[in-house]
Amino acid sequence: MKYADEFRDKAIALGLSKTIHAAADPERSYRFMEFCGGHTHAISRYGLEDILPSNVRMIHGPGCPVCVLPAGRIDMAIRLAERPDVILCVYGDLMRVPASQGASLLKAKAGGADIRMVYSTIDTIRIAEENPAREVVFFAIGFETTAPPTAVAVRLAEKKQLSNFSVFCNHVLTPPAMQNILESPDIGNIRHVEIDGFVGPGQVSTIIGTAPYGFFAEEFGKPVVIAGFEPLDMMHAILMLVGQVNEHRHEVENQYRRAVTRDGNLRAKEEISDIFELRDQFEWRGLGQVPYSGLKLKRAFAKYDAEVRFDMNELRVADNPACECGAILRGVKKPVDCKLFGTVCTPEMPVGSCMVSSEGACAAHWTYRRFRDQEQRGAS
Amino acid sequence: MTGHQRKLDIRNGCIDLSHGSGGRAMVQLISGLFHEAFGNEWLARGNDQSAFDVGAGRLVMTTDGYVVSPLFFPGGNIGSLAVHGTVNDIAMAGARPLYLSASFIIEEGFPFRDLKRIADSMGEAARLAGVHIITGDTKVVERGKADGLFISTAGIGVVPDGLNLSAETACVGDRVLISGTLGDHGIAIMSKRRNLAFETEIASDSAALHDLVQKMVQAGAPGIRLMRDPTRGGLAATLNEIAQQSDVGFRLQEEAIPVKPGVAAACELLGLDPLHVANEGKLVAIVSPDVANAVLAAMRAHPLGCDAADIGEAIADMRHFVQMITSFGGGSIVDWLSGEQLPRIC
Repeated sequence: MKYADEFRDKAIALGLSKTIHAAADPERSYRFMEFCGGHTHAISRYGLEDILPSNVRMIHGPGCPVCVLPAGRIDMAIRLAERPDVILCVYGDLMRVPASQGASLLKAKAGGADIRMVYSTIDTIRIAEENPAREVVFFAIGFETTAPPTAVAVRLAEKKQLSNFSVFCNHVLTPPAMQNILESPDIGNIRHVEIDGFVGPGQVSTIIGTAPYGFFAEEFGKPVVIAGFEPLDMMHAILMLVGQVNEHRHEVENQYRRAVTRDGNLRAKEEISDIFELRDQFEWRGLGQVPYSGLKLKRAFAKYDAEVRFDMNELRVADNPACECGAILRGVKKPVDCKLFGTVCTPEMPVGSCMVSSEGACAAHWTYRRFRDQEQRGAS
Repeated sequence: MTGHQRKLDIRNGCIDLSHGSGGRAMVQLISGLFHEAFGNEWLARGNDQSAFDVGAGRLVMTTDGYVVSPLFFPGGNIGSLAVHGTVNDIAMAGARPLYLSASFIIEEGFPFRDLKRIADSMGEAARLAGVHIITGDTKVVERGKADGLFISTAGIGVVPDGLNLSAETACVGDRVLISGTLGDHGIAIMSKRRNLAFETEIASDSAALHDLVQKMVQAGAPGIRLMRDPTRGGLAATLNEIAQQSDVGFRLQEEAIPVKPGVAAACELLGLDPLHVANEGKLVAIVSPDVANAVLAAMRAHPLGCDAADIGEAIADMRHFVQMITSFGGGSIVDWLSGEQLPRIC
């Protein structure tokens, strides 16, 4: 496969692995957080941890938009979908996300709610055109990457004068979440944070560019390397991070040059700022309320805002108290440290956010890596 | 001319509720369309059942329902699939498939010409597989109750004496052979889904595998432990099932697993793993190491096994993991698929 196989070359990977082994100082440890779920997936899927030195540890961050969506927001969507006049359009990965009391969109659909899986926001516009007597609501989720297509759908609805289309907006932003993790109290004094550097998001950065990460590099003294999603991209980024740590540098470097520029996609950023504005607070599953981390539709587009249009009440649901997702997302604990991991919490019956999508830290570990836990336990 | 003899208007006509009522219209449909497509001495007798002789050996029986959407896809349609799927389930026991039944649940308004295309390809698939569709049933339901057409087929075959392929017989050290590229059927179906349509040259691999199975049995019979066709859930589900049933684990080599570039690209785009995608013309065989090369050579000499590969081995593992050495040299698990990748794939 052109443009993919080149970044999965075994010989180059093993060469990079050797270089990382040579570069890593055996006297110290390196803890790097990959923010993106896509990176988490690549690490687990390709077994990268097996070819990294044992003192280089990857911490899986909160960068899976499905995982961080709080149960209350799913409850709100289910309530909406249960209205007989509503067609709720969602991205497929949301269907199984646990809401409160064992509910999910999948179960609501089986119970008769008209919930349709879409692959593109354009499909929702088509559905709205085909069903003029119904209210078509798009359940919008995702980081800066999926916000522009939602903005395009709102624009299209306006252009086509669709009166039956609206958006239940749950878009969230990456930099505020990274900041929240670094400032969280259990990480301790920010100068002694347990994270030595970040593998910065790839797709998000194609939109926002590398510039917004300068703040972390300077304020928190942490290196950031923006990386692509192929396994060689990850290996290369890890080597760059090890280099920065060794040289006591904390800069923003761009490994993903084939897609990411300093300023990002200006047109997409313009679309986001035209249609959306910041919420004061938005709840993240595992992280709690994070200031200025969520988007909502601007007042000028209020008629396309499902929360306004249907007068939706904010619902809050407490996470399971035994669930360690919050600590796992901040890199303080590993999936196996959670009592629920692999017992009551599995990909089939997820309790916490990290087990929900294949990009979540727990699901990735469970799906691809759990044989290692048992080998280690068996050996000890 | 009586109602019995009046010809169906295949080009413009369509199913209505009278075609399931037991009256003349139903007889007309059965004789004018199904008998013509399946034509054989058993159906010609017009009984509600068919009597047949079987030779020596043990009988195997299987049944399967077909609800694939869309009904027509590159490489086949629901009719050919309904024959291949059931023939393959019989063949996986090492059996020679003999007779099939076919039951149709059809929605009113379904065009005769589509039904004829489907019945004709069933007849064609059956002839090529050397099986006869000897009994059947037709029901008609109201519009919107069956999404066009559902088919259910059952099949009977005979296993030669001395051959006992069964899922609990895999042993540590056995080799895992696969008859060709993975994921073709699932990707061909997905490429035609309305909300997903994309351009690809991938066609379904839907095919009857009994002849390939016969050649494999001839090449290495006592050493062949079991065979499975990795349909829904793909190779991953099949191997996880076998691991539990045989109380072993598996270790696969990712580099050895054949996947067409078009399938790999589509999976990349859709976020799928080819090991989870359905196949309808592939088999996985667990064989003892001493016959592995001979069986593999027999597979590669057959048109339906030319891309066959030895992809790994059974290992001792109380936890029944299917492990994979990735193309990177790292380790990973090939797990069951969680949830539903794509409903109504077959």
